[in-house]
Order: sequence, then C-alpha cells, then structure tokens
Amino acid sequence: MDCDAFYASVEKRDNRELATKPVIIGGGRRGVVSTACYVARIRGVRSAMPMFQALKLCPEAVIVRPRMDAYVAASREIRQMMEELTPEIEPLSLDEAFMDLSGTQKVHGQPPAAMLARLVKRMREELRLTGSIGLSHNKFLAKIASDLEKPKGFSVIGKAETDSFLRDRPVRMIWGVGGATQTALEKAGIRQFSDLLRWSHEDLTARFGAMGTRLYYLARGEDKRRVSAHHSIKSISKETTFFEDTADPDLLDGHLWRLAEQVSDRAKARGLAGRVVTLKLKKADHALVTRRHTLRDSTQMADTIYRNARALFDQSGIAGPLRLIGTGLSSLGSAEEADRFDDLLDPEARIRGEIERATDEIKARFGSEAILKGRALR
Amino acid sequence: MKFSIERAALLKAVAQAQSVVERRNTIPILANVLIEAQDADVRFRATDLDIEVVDRADAKVERAGATTVSAVTLHEIVRKLPDGALVTLTDDGASGRLTVEAGRSNFNLATLPKEDFPVMATSEYSSNFSAPAPVLRRLFDKSKFAISTEETRYYLNGVYMHVSDADGGKVLRCVATDGHRLARIDAELPDGAGDMPGVIVPRKTVGELRKLLDDDDAQIAVSVSETKVRFATPDITLTSKVIDGTFPDYTRVIPQGNTRKLEVDAAEFARAVDRVATVSSERSRAVKLTLDEDKLVLSVNAPDSGAAEEELAVAYGDERLEIGFNAKYLLEISSQVDRENAVFMFNSSGDPTLMREGNDTSAVYVVMPMRV
Repeated sequence: MDCDAFYASVEKRDNRELATKPVIIGGGRRGVVSTACYVARIRGVRSAMPMFQALKLCPEAVIVRPRMDAYVAASREIRQMMEELTPEIEPLSLDEAFMDLSGTQKVHGQPPAAMLARLVKRMREELRLTGSIGLSHNKFLAKIASDLEKPKGFSVIGKAETDSFLRDRPVRMIWGVGGATQTALEKAGIRQFSDLLRWSHEDLTARFGAMGTRLYYLARGEDKRRVSAHHSIKSISKETTFFEDTADPDLLDGHLWRLAEQVSDRAKARGLAGRVVTLKLKKADHALVTRRHTLRDSTQMADTIYRNARALFDQSGIAGPLRLIGTGLSSLGSAEEADRFDDLLDPEARIRGEIERATDEIKARFGSEAILKGRALR
Repeated sequence: MKFSIERAALLKAVAQAQSVVERRNTIPILANVLIEAQDADVRFRATDLDIEVVDRADAKVERAGATTVSAVTLHEIVRKLPDGALVTLTDDGASGRLTVEAGRSNFNLATLPKEDFPVMATSEYSSNFSAPAPVLRRLFDKSKFAISTEETRYYLNGVYMHVSDADGGKVLRCVATDGHRLARIDAELPDGAGDMPGVIVPRKTVGELRKLLDDDDAQIAVSVSETKVRFATPDITLTSKVIDGTFPDYTRVIPQGNTRKLEVDAAEFARAVDRVATVSSERSRAVKLTLDEDKLVLSVNAPDSGAAEEELAVAYGDERLEIGFNAKYLLEISSQVDRENAVFMFNSSGDPTLMREGNDTSAVYVVMPMRV
C-alpha cells in the first residue's frame, strides 16, 4: 500500500482552502520538494526537486512547511487499519508499507484483494486519504504494481501473467537501479527485462556482482525477500538546510540540539541505540564535511548525541557560513544494552539522563511541544 | 662514516628507534634513524616529531660521520643476523648508500641526507630530579590501563604526572582515567621534584618509557617543563612533548563517603569474574555482584547466550547490595593487586566504587558501575 501524495493529502484534508490549489510540502525556498500534490505534479514538480526550480514550473504553488506530527498521526491510523488485515507489516516510510497477506483468507473469509479494497475504502471514508494498492506474489512485483495506476490505483500481477507483464518493461523500474546502474546495463545492451533473460546467471554475476544475481531472479519475477515486521535499519539521521547560509553559533547550536532530539526520538521509538555519532556540514560552496565519533557505549539519548555532535563541530574548525547541518546515529543495536554507564568526569550526565527520561514521559502524555529545552528555541 | 658494533648492542639501540618511528609516514625522513658515529660511540636517533629517542652504544669507530637509513629495514636486518656477530656499517658519503656487513652477509641500503633529519629543539627544563626505575615502573604500570583513547577528550590520552598532597606529605602522583575507571598512584617524592609542573605524558611515551625501566638498579634522570618531559638513562634519552591540555579535577571523582566495605582475595575474585563473564554478551561484558553477609554472588544473565553464577566467601558486613560492572574493568583493577586482599568500598548501585589493596592508599582505583 502506497499513499498518494501523502503529506500533501494530509494538508489538503486539514485545510479545505488548499483542496484545489497546487501544494508543495518542503522546507522553504532553499530546501527541496518533499511532496507535491497531483495538481503540482501535472506542472512537472517532483519530489527531491530544488524548491526554486519547482516554483519556476509552478509559481502559484502554495508551499507548506511539513507538519511531521500530523503525518505521523495519520500514518498511525492507517497502520491500525492495516493491522486488522495482517500482523506481518513492513513499513518503508510513513506512507508506504508491505503487507504479507498469505493465509489470511481463512481468517477473514475473503481473499486478499477484497480485504485490500476494503482497506482503501476505509482510508478514504474515515481518514479522507487515498492510497494505491499493488498486489502480487512477492515484494518486488507488489511494489511495481502499486506504482502502475497511481493515484487511487489497484493493480494485481498474478503468477501466470508475471512473465508477459515484465518482458517489455524497462529495467529501471527495479528499485535500486539508479542512473549509474542503468548506464552500465545499457552498455551491456540491457534495457528491458526481456534483455536480461538472455543472460546466464554466471555472466550477470560476473559483470554486475551481487546486483547481477538479483537481476537474474527479478527478470524471472522471482524475489525471495520476506515481508519483515522487524526491518533492520542501519542508521538514523536528520539534517536541516537553512533558508540563508548561516554562521550564527547560537542558531547552529539550536539546530544541532533539535536534530539530535529528532534522531533520539526515532531511536527511542524503535527501541534502538547506536555507537557512532556523525556530524554532517555543508559549506556555502556546497563542500560536504562529515565527522564521526565512536562511543564506548551505545546510546539513544538526545543529550549524548548532541554533546558528541557538538564536540565534533567544535573540533572541525569550521565556523560557517553553512548551508546545511545534520547529525546521525549508526552502528545500531538494541537499546537494552545502551546508556548503561555514567561518566566519572561528568557527574551531571546522570541527572541530565534522568531529566531526559522524565521529559520523554511528559511529551508522551501531553504532546511533543509540551516541554522544551531553552536551547531548542534558539 | 665507518664503525663496527656488536650485534646485540646494535639490535637494542635500533629496536628502540624503530618502535618510535610511525609505521605510516608521509614524510620519508621520519621513517629513518639518524646514525652518528664519533670517538668511541654511536648515537641512534629516531623521532615522530612528538617523541625523540636517542640511544648511545659503544662501537669501534674507524671514521666519524653521520647518515640516515630506514629504521624498520635496519632493525629487520639486525634481528635476522646471527647472535654474536660483529656488524660493520659503512657510508662513503658519496654513493648515498649505507653498507651493512656481518660475516658473509652484505646489505646496501638507501640513505637520506642527515641534514634533513628533524632534531627536536632543546628546551629549558624547570625541574630535574632522579628517580629509581622501580618507582617509575610502578607509577606508570599501575595507571596506564585507564588511559582513554577517546579523541574528543584528548587531554585524557595520557598519564597525568604531578606533585600532590597526600596524608603523609607531598607525593609524586600519576593519574589516568577514561571516565569509566580511574587509577591514582602515589610514590615518595624524589629530591628536587617539588617544583615540577604537572604534565600529561602521552600514551605512546608511556609505552616507550617502559623500555627504560626494566633494570631494578637503574636511576632515571627526569626533566620536566611545561611543554616537554625527558627520561634518561646513561645510554637512552627519551624526550617527549606533553599533551597540551588541562587534566580534569580528578579529586572530586574519587569517592570519599563510600562506607560499604568488601574484602576479597583479588586473584580468586578475578578468576571467578573471568569464569562467569564467559557467557556475557560480547559488547557489554556485564557482571552483576550481589553482596550479602560475608557472601558475594557473581552472576551474568545474557538473554542471547545464557546465564552463569558463582559464589565467593568474602568479608562483608553491610546491607545487601546489587551492583553491575563491566567484567573487563573488574579484571583490570583486580590484576593491579599483588600482595594483600582487594578492598572495595561501595556506596549505591549507581555510584562510583573505590578499590585499593588492603589499607594501602598509595594506589587507588575508581570504577563506574553499569546498569544491569
């Protein structure tokens, strides 16, 4: 299930005035397009397009700052509806998820297609949001199917028609085949799935490595990946692109704290903790600088992420002006073995940790804006 | 330059030089050892720009002179020569080659001009004193395990050597910590060391220094300034920059009010910790200590790998206490105890714990518990 222009649809739902207007979700003139509604898409606006370019294509577009809280809430409601169909759900993002409906016909007394039709109907009626369904016998094909008739699509690729469906399709449909792979494939004379069928497994692997093996099976409509409710993520990161390049230390510090807090929130929500803190800076000339620090104990605490990112920033010797700042957590593992040590040389760390846990509880009860650090207001 | 030298004397000098030289060098001359022959002795000098070591060795000098050659290559050659060999090193000054001859072996090594070799600037030392090798050995051996490797707190990447007040008057003190454990080792203050400025001796220097301290009868000449420290025996001079930073105020880290006392045989304790830790998770190495009237239970409960438990008879007379530690930290501190029982002083399961040997306060360790 893939929601249609999710962020924009939530905005249109919550603000009637936007209903017929081209709406772009994104972070201001300097940012990039996060989501464009279908009205804006007709004008050529696409996700990840720089905002100035989007506005050139569609000057009357209404730019809306993302309201993540609202999207998370909507996503959660959709998730609850999906959980009534199956416990095997693998979310790809807030607005997209794989569901394994194998064997559910016995439970529901209806085939998966009927259940999915009911799901989108409920989404439309109860949440006033639309989504597209792709139904097939593996993840690869289901994903392709969901994109076939967007928006409000409903496509089924059955086992019997898999080969004929794929044959004349371009290989760039495969998720993970980007520009570079495409060029390499074209050099080998591979444009369509039918071209891939002429290659032996060995030749494809010899030429394209692990990707070759995958291509060999995908060309035959085979994909053994399971729908995994515990999809492993490798890192969590957040970054901000500024409206104007800035060297203001207070402003940068404030941003760093908020980003660290967002990374921490995500880690806490997933029960994860990481051992590597990274800092990402983009200078005015677009030069990218990244720094990393390995902790002795993994953490999920905003305070620890912030302090380490801050130390990396101070040691980078870069004062700005900056175009972007970001921080992240990687080398992830279970939170159970995280934050188990206090620092002898920083006795207040223990108190700060207790404050953070208490703050988290307040936020969980009264909302994420209920309590803030002064630093977050900078 | 031409001189002949015993293989053993040459090996000792070159070994020290090549361990100072960094393995990966962007400046070619820093991979070399400077060899200077004059009168009846030869000096071998190596540096990484932070540390400089000069080794002196007796030799039969036929022609005085100097050159530089790869420290690692020369070390490898000398190491492989037979014991007792007489080695002759010759540099004619014109060919840019150093000839190394021993018996029927003959090597020809590329050299770099001696003028290019960076010699560490001499500096004024504000404090000079002499200390017996065993005293320095104890100070550094017992503290170095706690040196931090964390780059963000570079001022912890060494041992803080300074003069401090202790119960019996002024002492020479070495402290190292990484925020999880701390070692504070005291020794009698040598004559003339009273005005010594406190310096952070870098980890690598501590390692190099150790090689000067094996001889129980040796006296080490120590010179200290705000920026450099020098340790010297009659044959070896080790000069090092010190870490330019402020060592944190460690005194407030050492718990004063811990009253719950545990006394245990250190070796027996270490073996038990090691045994139960076998099943602990690779990453955390968590071990739980449960203390009750004259009884200590060590336990590990790792959901993924299993559980272990071992009971020890100990001297403990306080309330029941459960506290968790990283097994590695417990093993490190208990291995420092060599004569008497280990004495642990606890407060609560969240507070730093203190460990010492018997009632000896000249070596004190602090270890942070972990949540288990």
